[in-house]
Amino acid sequence: MKQFIKKLYYGDIPDAGSGTTPSNDQQPRTDWPLWEVFIRSKQGLDHKHVGSLHASDAQMAIENARDVYTRRQEGVSIWVVESKHLTASNPAEAGELFEPAADKVYRHPTFYNLPDQVNYM
Amino acid sequence: MQQALLDYTLSLSDNALILGQRNAAWCGHGPILEQDIAITNITLDLIGQSRILYQYAAQLKGGDATEDSLAFLRSEREYKNCLLVERPNGDWAQTILRQFLFSCFQRELYTQLTQGKDSTLAAIATKSLKEVSYHCRWSREWVLRLGDGTAESHTRLVKALENLWPYTGELFKGADYELALGLDPAMLYTNWLSAVQSTLEEATVSLASLTSCFMQTGGKTGIHTEELGFILTDLQYMQRTYPSCDW
Repeated sequence: MKQFIKKLYYGDIPDAGSGTTPSNDQQPRTDWPLWEVFIRSKQGLDHKHVGSLHASDAQMAIENARDVYTRRQEGVSIWVVESKHLTASNPAEAGELFEPAADKVYRHPTFYNLPDQVNYM
Repeated sequence: MQQALLDYTLSLSDNALILGQRNAAWCGHGPILEQDIAITNITLDLIGQSRILYQYAAQLKGGDATEDSLAFLRSEREYKNCLLVERPNGDWAQTILRQFLFSCFQRELYTQLTQGKDSTLAAIATKSLKEVSYHCRWSREWVLRLGDGTAESHTRLVKALENLWPYTGELFKGADYELALGLDPAMLYTNWLSAVQSTLEEATVSLASLTSCFMQTGGKTGIHTEELGFILTDLQYMQRTYPSCDW
């Protein structure tokens, strides 16, 4: 059987006609799954999404996140969740999801007079 | 006594520097981006440790010695690092296992030093111990993954173990300067072995065939393998080519 070398470049999507992928009888690429990383920067603040990374399991994802996202003292706590467990809203539905709120200004608490004593609202 | 302390401090910093230099070669070549960053992080920890140790050594040595002159202007025979850290990177398994064997040793060593008589070394050890604990944890995870992973990764780990094991005996064989300071590394052996053994067992790798293997020695007293010359050639190139260049 003819052997092909498959070379992927940054930005290529495997099996989408990119790189040189002449044959389809190769073993499927067993890439590590993608994980989303959430970092709490300070005690008392909430975890914020900071990015994603590849890891073979949750334990490795935490360690990778430590090395990739907290090298400059960004955090005191890490959450990871496998990206496939996230459900995202569909950008095509953004209109019906979000636009109805646009003309309902009365939902904003802007019609109250704040006493001067209340700082930082 | 002062000489022994100087030699001892140099041996600690040489270990950290040479392993750091070795690991640094992975920068940009890690098997996956995240691991590339992880190994480079460890490199930076090690080079950081070597810097503070060299600064202390320069102070002990006096004269015009600096951390840079100690790192860049000593020759092979003056380097006191153990042979283990100068072993080639080989494949990922060998790099990981070298890190694991050495970090477990360093953890025991630094723990001992935190209680030592020399307050500067104790302070450096206390500071470095957290880093080293992480190196142990990180490399242990990888030893488990490789040993208990695929047939290929298992084979590679076993091969790495056969390659590296003969260089572990030296770690626990006290050099003159260690014994003069009352810091016999033989005391660290039991803890080290049980940590290493339990991890290897969990990784389904057996030490049985290696228990009586011949142990290489010499690094601590400046008798190195052929590898160190090449490492220093790279490491010292700039200072040797452009003496006292600065940036």
